[in-house]
Amino acid sequence: MNPTSETLMQNTAADASIGQVGHVGHAHDDHAHHGPRKGWLRWLLTVNHKDVGTMYLVLSLVGLMIGGIMALLIRAELFEPGMQLMQPQFFNSLTTMHGLTMIFLAIMPALTGLANWMVPLQIGADDMYWPRVNNWAFWAMPVAAVILWSTFFIPGGAPAGGWTFYPPLSTTYGPESIDWMIIAIHIMGVSSFFGALNIILTILKLRTPGMKLMDMPLFTWSWLITGFLLLLAMPTLAIAATMVLSDRHWGTHFFGADGNPVMFQHIFWFFGHPEVYIMILPAFGVISEVVPAFARKPLFGRKMMIYATAAITFMSTTVWAHHMFTVGLPVWGQLFFMYSTMLISIPTGVKIFNWVATMWRGSLTFETPMLWAIAFIVLFTIGGFSGLMLADVPADYQYQDTYFVVAHIHYVLVSGSLFAIFAGVYYWLPKWSGRMYNERLAQWHFWLSVISMNIAFFPMHFAGLAGMPRRIPDYAVQFTDFNMISTVGAFIFGFSQLLFIWMLIKTVRSGPPALARPWDGARGLEWVIPSPMPYHTFITPPTDKQIHDEGPKAYE
Amino acid sequence: MAKRLIPLALALTAPFTPAMAAEQDPFSFNMTQGVTATSFDAFNLHMLLFWVCLIIGVVVFGAMAWSLVRHRRSRGAVAATFHESTAIEIIWTVVPALILIAIAIPATMVLVAENAQPAKPDVIVDVQGSQWKWHYKYPDQDISFFSNLATSSRDASQLGAKEPPSSAPYYLLNVDNPMVVPVGKTVQIRVTSNDVIHSWWVPQLGFKTDAIPGKINNMTFVVSKPGMYRGQCAELCGAGHAFMPIVVKAIMPAAFADWVQKEKAAAAATKADAAGPWDMKIAMAQGGKVYGSTCSACHQANGQGIKGTFPALDGMKLSVKDHIHIVVHGSKKNPAMQAYGKQLSDRDIAAVITYERNSWNNHTGDLITPKEVEAAR
Ligand code: HEC
Ligand code: HEM
Ligand SMILES: [Cu+2]
Ligand SMILES: [Cu+2]
Repeated sequence: MNPTSETLMQNTAADASIGQVGHVGHAHDDHAHHGPRKGWLRWLLTVNHKDVGTMYLVLSLVGLMIGGIMALLIRAELFEPGMQLMQPQFFNSLTTMHGLTMIFLAIMPALTGLANWMVPLQIGADDMYWPRVNNWAFWAMPVAAVILWSTFFIPGGAPAGGWTFYPPLSTTYGPESIDWMIIAIHIMGVSSFFGALNIILTILKLRTPGMKLMDMPLFTWSWLITGFLLLLAMPTLAIAATMVLSDRHWGTHFFGADGNPVMFQHIFWFFGHPEVYIMILPAFGVISEVVPAFARKPLFGRKMMIYATAAITFMSTTVWAHHMFTVGLPVWGQLFFMYSTMLISIPTGVKIFNWVATMWRGSLTFETPMLWAIAFIVLFTIGGFSGLMLADVPADYQYQDTYFVVAHIHYVLVSGSLFAIFAGVYYWLPKWSGRMYNERLAQWHFWLSVISMNIAFFPMHFAGLAGMPRRIPDYAVQFTDFNMISTVGAFIFGFSQLLFIWMLIKTVRSGPPALARPWDGARGLEWVIPSPMPYHTFITPPTDKQIHDEGPKAYE
Repeated sequence: MAKRLIPLALALTAPFTPAMAAEQDPFSFNMTQGVTATSFDAFNLHMLLFWVCLIIGVVVFGAMAWSLVRHRRSRGAVAATFHESTAIEIIWTVVPALILIAIAIPATMVLVAENAQPAKPDVIVDVQGSQWKWHYKYPDQDISFFSNLATSSRDASQLGAKEPPSSAPYYLLNVDNPMVVPVGKTVQIRVTSNDVIHSWWVPQLGFKTDAIPGKINNMTFVVSKPGMYRGQCAELCGAGHAFMPIVVKAIMPAAFADWVQKEKAAAAATKADAAGPWDMKIAMAQGGKVYGSTCSACHQANGQGIKGTFPALDGMKLSVKDHIHIVVHGSKKNPAMQAYGKQLSDRDIAAVITYERNSWNNHTGDLITPKEVEAAR
């Protein structure tokens, strides 16, 4: 927290040079002196990557809260055996909508929001490649969200066939609302597709001339690769969803008993498995930024990290049927997907080893972003372990579709993606807002979340192993203890997030001014920008010296 | 609230004691070793993986903890500048690869063995899932029956039920008619579904296999010990997904032969009964039973249904003809209302319709005869 005098000097130097750059821009570029538009139209019409980034992050916070309320309703019903609060059908709607909301409206927009903010800043670009498309891609999301959430209020209730919407449960046997869910999925898919294309083009076309691809920061690298994965995954999802719609209304029989219900699962998971990497690779990128900053030591095996990300991406398109080990695949198919899934744990392991090696013999401090990053490494690894166990087919015949899987999902998504997003928000918030957050409040948020997360999700491993299936509103009496503990943890976790919101409001309203480089070990072009940040940045590209000093070459 | 706080306090103070009363499966927190070769293999692989992960975890987290303690700035640590080491990076790619190969070998052997199907199993059972019950058919023995959630569990699982779940023996894991298999014999199940996807899972048999419409999945097992083995549907299949358990009763081969004889005799008796007397009292008694096991999952024991999903039968205005028609042929509009003509006998259908027309606030006085049902088929 207390920067050394050396970095302070560095900061002032950077401020000075940027101030000058800004001044030049001011004189020559017409829109440089425009601040944001006044009033609410600013947000509707903005094409500024920072505003769009903020809107994505706010949307994801809303998504997290709504998805969280659904989770707490689920946990409340599961507190003890018997049905106390709702009918089973409504419970199924809750699990389905919770999954969809968390994936498409909490984690994905948060990562896109981080990309919108940070990718242009990290590569010295003045904005996104298609600023206007960026605005449209964002505004499609709230529309989709409203469509999706409003299905709770139409007759027949919200979709209830799981976020995986397997037919025939979601075709012939599904409520009307499935159609609206598919429309929402299409809108979100198109938005993500163009969002991804925009990010890729920004990185490839607008990268400041002095920066080589291999010298890009790891967060930007992860997003470049994730972007391509999105271009593959989103159309696949659209195909699956459209075929379901066609079975429902246009008399086709792709997935009925007279067609092939398993075919849907192949298509869905050909999207679905890359999707889980879409949610984790940018998170890896955040961790690769935060760990070196607080270890004050360059990222270990930087090139390897990039290759590992690329390797994971390729492999992630060859493992989809590990979600389908019990559908009756031929033995050779089961073997292939077992091996490919085990293989993917190698590059993932490399990443974890490299983070640990980055910390090794560093000069560590434990500000909030670093705490989240450390929690990420430990808890994501636990999720990785259960993932490796799930890959082992004969054992998966037992694990599949139990609470063991629910535990796994949440170790990789909550303590994985979500914790990395928190790490990123705490890391960059001083830059975004020009104000420092309250460290005490932040630490409360962190410790409560980490502890309660484990109380909520660790017992689910045991419940699953003891034989509790997932997606059930009521359960046999011997599972009671685990479920009670889970529910208590979930409520603490849920309410702890209110601290996060309070922290955000406090920071933006009244946080003390932050230094341009609030973390003395942080490197990257984003930190040469003065705080508070001007509305338009890098109107003139960063200097070669800045690129060199903030990039990996500085250490060579 | 207080009612919920007490079990909570119990759970927190004595986390590892089985909760509450009645009969139930024992509390456990690890995978069962089960009673078949498949379950035993699954358990062994599970434990192998657990130990491997634990050891990797100790090494990785140990290194990390060491550095968190020793390499902190507050202890005066000065950052080193190394950021690469080809040797180390090769080591931590190759060593995990070797570990994975070591895990993959036993997994492959087990998997290949489990998927091999014997040319001639001793007993074949055709298992068919439907919303929300299982149907078992022994083609060689000419036996078939439905297996529904036990009524005590059904009642205790209603919203606002008077009886607590702990009062129902084996709550949610109990059925009216268990599947019966002989101990020590090769049993092959051929699993499929009549509507949506279900999954047939009994942890102690060591596997689950999906019941998929239009597809048949075979699995084979040999149960080593007599007993009642309980499991549940493991694939989301709609509102009743939690309420279609599986119970396998494994008995000695001699007892199995007796059971086959008894089932056959019972089937013959039912056939004979079909020609027996028919009056309001008989019809209402039989209809109540059929309704409780087959219809109440959706229309509810009190006939109120579930608003928006399953219509109430209490106060319905259906003519006798339409009533028989929808029960025998199902609903065109909504496949959840199945064609029960394929599942129930004329007598059962006549009985359940009579029951529905004369229960709750319905007092039509109609007595439906099996003849009428037969005519409507
Ligand atoms: C899986 C759920 C389910 C089960 C089990 C079920 N039903 Fe139904 N039932 C429905 C649904 C859904 C409808 C509405 C069908 C429609 O809208 O066409 C319905 C409609 C009916 C109707 C017509 C009601 C009216 O007022 O039009 C009758 C009568 C009926 N069911 C009788 C039965 C009987 C008898 C059984 C047991 C043998 C049974 N149902 C089991 C779901 C079920
Ligand atoms: C307060 C925090 C959370 C709690 C208490 C919680 C609880 C649960 C529970 C109990 C289920 C299982 C439902 C069932 O199978 O019956 C579930 C499913 C799921 N959760 Fe969460 N969850 C939380 C946060 C999250 C987050 C942040 C994500 C995503 C990033 C997420 C993603 C999912 C997914 C994808 C499923 C599977 C949905 C399905 O089965 O269709 N959850 N959650
Ligand atoms: Cu996957
Ligand atoms: Cu089911």
